[in-house]
Amino acid sequence: MTRRHAVLLVRIAVLAGLVATLEICCRIGIIDPLTVIPPSDMVASMIDRIGSGELNESIVNTFSTVGLAFMLAVGCGTLAGALVHRWSRLRDVADPLLASYYSVPTFIFYPLLVALLGLGKAPLAVLGVLSAAPAVMIGTLSGLDGVSPVLLKMARVHRLSPARTLCWIVLPAALPRLFSGFKLALSYALIGVIAGEFILSGTGLGYAISYAYQSFDNRAMYGLMLFVLLVAVIANGLLYVWEGRLARRRSTG
Amino acid sequence: MNQHAENGQALSESWHVALKGMVRHYDGPPAVQALGPIDLTIRRGEFFSVVGPSGCGKSTLLDVLCGLVRPTGGSVRFESKELRGQVPDGIGVVFQEDASMPWLSVRQNVAFGLRTSSLSKKQVAERVDHAVSFMGLAQFADHYPAQLSGGMRQRVCIARTLVLRPRLILLDEPFGALDQQTRLLMGDELLRLWRETGATVLLITHALDEAAMLSDRVGVMSARPGRFIDLVATGWPRDRDSRIVSDPEFGTVTARLWSSLREESLKTMGRAA
Amino acid sequence: MSGLALEDAQSRRTSRRRIRAFDAAVMTLLMLALWQAIGSWTRGVAVSPPLQTLLYLFDLLRTWMFWDQAAATLAAFLAAFALSALIGLGLGLLFGVRRFTGEVAEPILAGFYTIPKVTLYPVVLLIFGLGMSAKVAFGVMHGLVPMTLFTLGAVRGLPPVLIRTAKVLRLSPGRTMLWVLVPACLPDIVNGLRISFSLSLLGVLIGEMFSSQRGLGFLLVSGMAQHNVPLSTAVVTVIVIVSIAANALMLRLRGLTAHRTTGPARDAPRAEPSGRQP
Repeated sequence: MTRRHAVLLVRIAVLAGLVATLEICCRIGIIDPLTVIPPSDMVASMIDRIGSGELNESIVNTFSTVGLAFMLAVGCGTLAGALVHRWSRLRDVADPLLASYYSVPTFIFYPLLVALLGLGKAPLAVLGVLSAAPAVMIGTLSGLDGVSPVLLKMARVHRLSPARTLCWIVLPAALPRLFSGFKLALSYALIGVIAGEFILSGTGLGYAISYAYQSFDNRAMYGLMLFVLLVAVIANGLLYVWEGRLARRRSTG
Repeated sequence: MNQHAENGQALSESWHVALKGMVRHYDGPPAVQALGPIDLTIRRGEFFSVVGPSGCGKSTLLDVLCGLVRPTGGSVRFESKELRGQVPDGIGVVFQEDASMPWLSVRQNVAFGLRTSSLSKKQVAERVDHAVSFMGLAQFADHYPAQLSGGMRQRVCIARTLVLRPRLILLDEPFGALDQQTRLLMGDELLRLWRETGATVLLITHALDEAAMLSDRVGVMSARPGRFIDLVATGWPRDRDSRIVSDPEFGTVTARLWSSLREESLKTMGRAA
Repeated sequence: MSGLALEDAQSRRTSRRRIRAFDAAVMTLLMLALWQAIGSWTRGVAVSPPLQTLLYLFDLLRTWMFWDQAAATLAAFLAAFALSALIGLGLGLLFGVRRFTGEVAEPILAGFYTIPKVTLYPVVLLIFGLGMSAKVAFGVMHGLVPMTLFTLGAVRGLPPVLIRTAKVLRLSPGRTMLWVLVPACLPDIVNGLRISFSLSLLGVLIGEMFSSQRGLGFLLVSGMAQHNVPLSTAVVTVIVIVSIAANALMLRLRGLTAHRTTGPARDAPRAEPSGRQP
């Protein structure tokens, strides 16, 4: 366990060091304050903005869209994944599509989505779903593949009904890979929605950052940036830890 | 000749499992014959082993015996009821692959078999504790399978079968992945289990010494399609253990098994090459 | 009897292949039909239908303007991809070989992978100004980390027995890397290149969409701004086709390298090392 602690300490030290270096460079003037502001100012700006409540609307907008996209992606993705897994002919068609899906920059469809659905939540949500759902589908397929056939045999020997086989055997066995898919889906949904807001939108955190940039309000921009990045890191971090805990019990080391 | 078993079922004969002219084909064109025709009766409380060359259909035989697959021809009867692709009550199966559930602890794994039963929580806990300590897993009851060795995971699977108090226990090469010494010890465990539960045991194994050491009778299967070409009775006393290997008769039994099996194995090798 | 069985297996395989080809054709037709449906249902306001797009595309491909824009994207992309690939490979090898450094770095890299990098784009613009270097930087920002992570994973997943073999054969570190490490990790490295390819392209395109005077991304956005729907659709089509083609190519490449490399269970590399005499 000491090695794990050592790694953790060094990691924290490295990150702290980078932040400290940035702070010093900004304060001294090596880095132009018009380009990058010191980290401490970023934090102050972030706290100001959150405290004043002016971000509340943007926060609600962005996170509700991300949440919506995520739920839809999970729902459609698991269903589609389960269906495709069930019928091998469907799978033969779907596999190459899934394999090449993420090679296409989904983002390029965003302007088309806006033209189709107008500015607002809809194109953002759809973009989020388009980004996230295939990851869920891939995770579902992988998870269902990973259910060892001997466990299914065992279920029949114990004469479990199909519903029970699903709940007691298939789901727990598939869970780790399923969860990895969900984790990816969340980060893709977040990335998709915020990128969409950034490029073309009227509300949301992405739009707020873009607006601050174009208004030359560096302080606001960095504060918002920091906030978004922190939320992303924390959300993904939590899922990562949760995933690790799921895997640790079952891993064969 | 009416006998009443513990559970009060009337039996008309002392046989427990009977196969008559049983034939089984693999699905889908072409329909390759995997097994049969097989005629075999296994007596109640007998320890019966099946040995045979690889690919002869031993695992398919097990699938048929526990009702997982229907025979394509002939009949399979368990306790006078015909099996037709349904798994009846009273049979426990231990598979070759590790069937322990990695997301449950040892105790939860063992209790799994009783989830659908109507026993009270207390009764379940009693049976689970008994099975766990019987298989020597009491120390690891709250561990997860990933933390156990292969042999211990198989013991978990056996314990899980035990709690159901099966009258017929089928094992498909349960010790195949273990080293020789562990296998010998596990053989002793299996004998202990057999004596304590009074169940009928059918063991499928590729290890001749294991079959010779553990069984009352050994059936030698031919290459595919598998049929029984020899049935060897060992005549061992009921309270035997692995030390029976030092009995001079042991060598004779093993030799007879090999002489029957050798040609079939060569046939299979030739086919593979 | 075995001859018959062989024939049966082959006929089964060809019929399966035929079914798959048929299904793929049906799928393509369905997608085209969907495209057509959306196009005509929205009366060409959002998407122009397939045929119209195709015709427009043919005309577009003959204009100098298009190739000028495409060249701008291509130049930025190639620079971004090359940098991502090389730096990523180097870092990945370093982090893979030096275990401790790798363990420290990996979560940081993984974390960076999951954040919306588009929020950092203004910083890139502020540092690099408007223009190609910003696009390249943005592309590298997207493509570098996955390449590093994949290479890192590949090196970590190397069976230790291969390194032991290299040591027993007294290979220098350079040779160990070149003759054992890289060939053994090649499929995963190609996989990393494949992902890095799409992401570098994505980065460059997003950069162009947000602020650029040249490039396919810019063309896409300006097409929307001018309500020139066939133009936008045509650009999207081009990008999609190029992405999928490149991806398929790299998958092929990976397949080729994969069966020359041994699986994790084998003991010694089948590659040249033991065969080369000093």
